[in-house]
Amino acid sequence: MLGHDASLGYIHAVKVAHNDSLSLKRTRSLAVTLLLNEDHVELLGHAKEAIRKKVVMALHQFYERSPSSDSHLVSNFWKRLCDNDPGVMGATLCPLSDLITIDAKSYKDLVISFVSILKQVAERRLPKSYDYHQMPAPFIQIKLLKILALLGSGDKQASEQMYTVVGDIMRKCDSTSNIGNAVLYECISCVSSILPNPKLLEAAADAISKFLKSDSHNLKYMGIDALGRLIKMSPEIAEQHQLAVIDCLEDPDDTLKRKTFELLYKMTKSSNVEVIVDRMIDYMVNINDNHYKTEIASRCVELAEQFAPSNQWFIQTMNKVFEHAGDLVNIKVAHNLMRLIAEGFGEDDENADSQLRSSAVESYLRIIGEPKLPSAFLQVICWVLGEYGTADGKYSASYITGKLCDVAESHSSDDTVKAYAVAALMKIYAFEIAAGRKVDMLPECQSLIEELSASHSTDLQQRAYELQAVISLDAHAIGSVMPLDASCEDIEIDKSLSFLNSFVQQSFEKGAQPYIPENERSGVLDVSSLKSQDHHEVSAHSLRFEAYELPKPVVPSRAPPVSLSPLTELVPVPEPSYPKEVRQTASVSSFSEAGPSELKLRLDGVQKKWGKPTYSSPAPSTSSSSSQKTVNGVTQSDSMGNPNSKTRNTSYDSRRSQVEISPEKQKLAASLFGGALKPEKRPSSTGHKVSKTSINSGAKAHMEKGVISASEISTEKTTPLQPPPDLLDLGEPSVTNMAPFVDPFKQLEGLLDPSQDASALDYDASKSPDFMSLYADMPTSGQTSTVANPLSNNLESFGSANGGSTVVYPTQTNKGPNLRDALEKDALVRQMGVTPSTQNPNLFRDLLG
Amino acid sequence: MIRGVIVMNDQGKPRLVKFYDYQTVEKQQELIRRIYGVLCNRAENVSNFIQADSICGPDTQLVYKTYATLYFVFIFDSSENELAMLDLMQVFVETLDKCFSNVCELDIVFNFNKYSSVQQLIWQVYTILDEIILGGQVLETSSAEVVKAVAEISKLEKASNTTMLVPKSIPGWQSR
Repeated sequence: MLGHDASLGYIHAVKVAHNDSLSLKRTRSLAVTLLLNEDHVELLGHAKEAIRKKVVMALHQFYERSPSSDSHLVSNFWKRLCDNDPGVMGATLCPLSDLITIDAKSYKDLVISFVSILKQVAERRLPKSYDYHQMPAPFIQIKLLKILALLGSGDKQASEQMYTVVGDIMRKCDSTSNIGNAVLYECISCVSSILPNPKLLEAAADAISKFLKSDSHNLKYMGIDALGRLIKMSPEIAEQHQLAVIDCLEDPDDTLKRKTFELLYKMTKSSNVEVIVDRMIDYMVNINDNHYKTEIASRCVELAEQFAPSNQWFIQTMNKVFEHAGDLVNIKVAHNLMRLIAEGFGEDDENADSQLRSSAVESYLRIIGEPKLPSAFLQVICWVLGEYGTADGKYSASYITGKLCDVAESHSSDDTVKAYAVAALMKIYAFEIAAGRKVDMLPECQSLIEELSASHSTDLQQRAYELQAVISLDAHAIGSVMPLDASCEDIEIDKSLSFLNSFVQQSFEKGAQPYIPENERSGVLDVSSLKSQDHHEVSAHSLRFEAYELPKPVVPSRAPPVSLSPLTELVPVPEPSYPKEVRQTASVSSFSEAGPSELKLRLDGVQKKWGKPTYSSPAPSTSSSSSQKTVNGVTQSDSMGNPNSKTRNTSYDSRRSQVEISPEKQKLAASLFGGALKPEKRPSSTGHKVSKTSINSGAKAHMEKGVISASEISTEKTTPLQPPPDLLDLGEPSVTNMAPFVDPFKQLEGLLDPSQDASALDYDASKSPDFMSLYADMPTSGQTSTVANPLSNNLESFGSANGGSTVVYPTQTNKGPNLRDALEKDALVRQMGVTPSTQNPNLFRDLLG
Repeated sequence: MIRGVIVMNDQGKPRLVKFYDYQTVEKQQELIRRIYGVLCNRAENVSNFIQADSICGPDTQLVYKTYATLYFVFIFDSSENELAMLDLMQVFVETLDKCFSNVCELDIVFNFNKYSSVQQLIWQVYTILDEIILGGQVLETSSAEVVKAVAEISKLEKASNTTMLVPKSIPGWQSR
């Protein structure tokens, strides 16, 4: 103990252990946990049960502290399991269950004894004092069932040994008392984790239905939890309890709701994903608990990625999630979304892809003005607008750029968003120029760029200068710098820069010095440091570019004034199969290999100047390029400065040079390469989905949905085919019109009819969430009154006009909420993907005769 | 295992706090504050369970129950059964009830009529809890047994005069 010999302590411990005073024994209990256990083995044989029990507990504590040191403790536990006193035996279960949780395999042989103990307990072999509310030793039973569940999972033989005893207990359980239900619940979770047995599953299902039907929230909670466990084994169980589950979903109890969402999450299929995710989002919007919000948002994303029925829906869903919990979800999700929009959905249908993009652009343009959007979402918006904002020609470049400037200005504290916005601006201008249109920058945009070029963030500064540089290029050059819609093209990185070999060779022939790797160079530097220092002290006060003239200034004098595009022709690219961008890379990084020998000296100068040990950091490079610009004041020289700064980086890191070509590609590449490791589930699922329906009808359906969701309210009023919103928009004046009152019910009835054609069902699917949410927002009391008011007002006037409808109204007024409850549940149930076993035949009988 | 037992009043003032894994005092106070924040926002007639992973770390749950002005809270992980915990709480309260004839908040804070000092009573309450839960595991579930054990302990204490094991002053308790 504390490094000292503790043998002295043993004696005291043992002495104390034999002391008469009980309270002293309690201290001993504490003390011995710290000591070695040789003495306790002896104590385990102590006559008094209470003491044996506590010693077992102490040993458990001891084991928890140093699990490795005493393997023979296990055998002691094992012996204590056969203790005469059930209390000691019960106490032994605690450490054993811990051990089994860690490693179930090595305790398989205990199954028989556990089963027999459980049997004895269940058969009331224990003394009466262990009964609790007429249950024989329920806590021991629970512990045993938990252990059996652990031991029996995936083990056929062990499971078979348990079947009878678990079945017995389930039958005997007294479901009126709390503790009885606890044991029952434990049985269910045991049944669900061992290998399934049809009889037991049936019993478990019965027990669950009892739980769910009970009035107690606690039992409902247990029922939902148990259902969630059992649903893995037999998904059809949920069908019986659909209504109960929906009840729980609407319960005011938060805990119950969350548990129900957990259950729904487990039973999500591609057929019911829309409703479930919509429900989750609705709930997510209303909670404040960030922890749970994050969890539910990530679940929404996961489900949407796995089961999305249509691309349209997916984007809408992601928008909602981002809008409400954008800062809480993983940034990877944002990258995924961008990639999804860029790549389309893995099909070759270009048309659908571009449609998707333009709808995304449209929705983003609508959302963009809203205050308080999370940063991650704004990044996505900026990227999409930059990449595809002008792609379909619907919006003018000036409109989009205006919006982007607004974003950058209104989020002036968020550098990342600003960077995204600037990159998007650059893309849009580049596309405009490449398409041969004249670009006139908006004044606010100009001022933004000017402001950013003096920004504290070097990243923003660089982007601003790059933007200015790109705009000054001609259409052809821009076409190759910023190819339209090329974000998905693969950028291959040739780390050895082999395509430059011939160029290097050429330089050698012209007398250039070979490149010396950095590690070797440090030695060289020591030798030549004096010399270079001498040289640079001269130039220390002002920026001098003598380095260019130093060895043999053939290449630099020729290269810099030439703009980027001619150089592409200059440099021979060995592999013609490279995509355009890679050629671009080649052309830029050609500088890097051109320069190293001469530029090395110049870099030394920079190193001294800034007093830094290395010169690979990007900061000096940008500043030098900018300062160069101020010296010369010509844009051309800026483009010269850029390649130079690139050069320095590229000579150490080829990847970096690539990245400097265009900043947004850097992001894209990061997301591309970052995400490439994880196989995407989406394309396969959607592919499957679309292949089911013919392309034509599928596209049509998507379009239809898109229209609906794009302008929800307006279509709701105009389209006659939308009963649910009309029915519930009771607050609106249009309600006084008679037609929507009569129609909806007939149509609802039609909707309930399974033989209705697919389009109507589809319609139902897309619509019912709104229906639900509308409904959920209304307080129950207000609802009845709103139903009643317009009705009573209109009752007389309609009475003469339509005899049939007068019958309808009163019934509706009286039974309004109930009926709607039932209808709504039924609709939801359908959405959950479970067809009700009975058709609700009585629902409309009294109503419609 | 059971991670902790908290008894607090409806003002959020802790009356009995016991954590079975180590928590610093600051952490304990923060936990109590946050748990109270959740509890006082719960409606009546809802379930007694709360998923507490946002408060007490992953895989934790709360069971709470209101007795008069007191919240009894058990914090535990997935190795325990929620309903069983609820019943265990019942056992605890029953035992307190038996020991103090009619349990109320004042009994847990202090009971001048029966006990000579506050410490002694707190000692008593903690003893009861210790008889039921030890080291985060359920030890005894029969309140009769607990009452018997507690009576035995206090008898022995009086005989051997070993109450000095309890520190003389527990700040915060005296000052309420």
